[in-house]
Amino acid sequence: MVAALRDAFAQKEFVVTAEIGPPKGTDISDLIQHVELLKDKVDGLNVTDNQSSVMRISSLAICRVILDHGGEPILQLTCRDRNRLALQSELLSAAVLGVHNVLCLTGDYVSVGDHPQAKPVFDLDSVQLLQTVGLLNQGKDLSGSDLQGKTDFFAGAVVTPEADPIEPQLAKFRKKIAAGAKFIQTQAIYDLDNFQRFMEQARKHDVKIMAGVVLLVSAGMARYMNKNVPGIFVPDKLVEEMAQAPKGKGIEAGIAIAGRMIRQLRDEKLCDGVHIMAIGKEGRVPDILEAAQ
Amino acid sequence: MIVAKRKPLEQIEAMLEGFNKILIVGCGTCVAVCMAGGEKEVELLAAELRMRSKLQGRPRTIDEMTVTRQCDKEYLDQLAKHVADYDVILSTGCGAGVQFLAERYDDKIVLPALNTLFIGVAEGPGIWSQRCMACSECILDQTGGICPMTLCAKNLLNGPCGGTNHGKCEVDGQKDCAWTLIYRRLEKLGRLDLLEKIQPPKDYGAMTKPGRFTHEAFQQAEQHEE
Repeated sequence: MVAALRDAFAQKEFVVTAEIGPPKGTDISDLIQHVELLKDKVDGLNVTDNQSSVMRISSLAICRVILDHGGEPILQLTCRDRNRLALQSELLSAAVLGVHNVLCLTGDYVSVGDHPQAKPVFDLDSVQLLQTVGLLNQGKDLSGSDLQGKTDFFAGAVVTPEADPIEPQLAKFRKKIAAGAKFIQTQAIYDLDNFQRFMEQARKHDVKIMAGVVLLVSAGMARYMNKNVPGIFVPDKLVEEMAQAPKGKGIEAGIAIAGRMIRQLRDEKLCDGVHIMAIGKEGRVPDILEAAQ
Repeated sequence: MIVAKRKPLEQIEAMLEGFNKILIVGCGTCVAVCMAGGEKEVELLAAELRMRSKLQGRPRTIDEMTVTRQCDKEYLDQLAKHVADYDVILSTGCGAGVQFLAERYDDKIVLPALNTLFIGVAEGPGIWSQRCMACSECILDQTGGICPMTLCAKNLLNGPCGGTNHGKCEVDGQKDCAWTLIYRRLEKLGRLDLLEKIQPPKDYGAMTKPGRFTHEAFQQAEQHEE
């Protein structure tokens, strides 16, 4: 079995993935419902790895659940909770469970999550993790030993186009591509002019770019992200549009904004796809896709 | 130098519970410079403890001695003729000093009066900050003299994470993003090409605890002793 996401990038002009956040606890009934709802509407379901440093079911377990339900999973793998032994072991485990897409990330620091006293690992960084995936694909591990059966991962990474200053971010972006990233998912973007400027740099490289789309549900959320989330910038115009939505209809305005952005990104061929993050509102992703038509 | 700060008095008092003859031993090196455990701080701690004794109507002997360094045997030897007179030694040395004192006088209870914080520098009067985590393989030549192992919360070796925020760190908005500092420094030095080089995974084997090092000139002597 090969990574169907790799095929999607090869065959389609515009690839769509959606984010799935594993729950805290063993009840996955809502999650399965979302998987069933989304699996045929998107090219991949991207499963977070203890996102925001909050302890949950592992990304790998949910990736396997997605496969069982006929979806195409993308394993998110962060460097926060595992050393190089555990990272490689997780990757080999993913391969034998049929998961062949991996998104390599640094991971949030432990202090932002629900176990702030935990010992953070960060044995490897995201660039070194990408190199490690490359080695496993060649049948070698990080210590140079031969593997009995190699992996065939389609590896991706992330970038923050709104980072300030942008230069060190771009230098790391180049390293990620050199280290083997075939697709790059961006932090949430809202300002398409800024995004186009980023794409002028990104287009110099042989890599697929997926614009990150985070569903806005209220003007308050937009303001909160502007103030508190590094690398996210929601322009005043969009905050205003959200503020004008009738009470209780904020999410509808957010869906309209996300749909409009995706349409423009696709129709103007600004990038190779989008990654939709409808945090906690995964059930509304089909509405976003419909709004994008 | 090693930077430390004194434990809260309540914690020190709790450790000293039941002991009546206390020798406070200061250290005249790093912890004296960072105003945590030198002669003056020992004097202050002793005065506070004596005041408590008086207020509680509980007589205790509290004496003070400060040595040049607690991490050198020759200075610890100077205490030999005194320690027998006490129930307990309260050290205001760093964690290394406390242990060396406890090792030298291993029939004595030795207690720590400080919490050891880091290897750092004096940024200004009364302000110290960490600069080195003793990783055993210095890479400051690659990073414009700014250490990402120490100054980046995630010890990232290949550039900033997505949490970098207008030059500040996601972990603490008051702290600078190490990689923004490194970028600015390399730009100033005309060495931005260094940013393009992928740094390999760190050899944490070099940091295996406990560290031990014998200077070349003394290796033969040590082997001879063995």
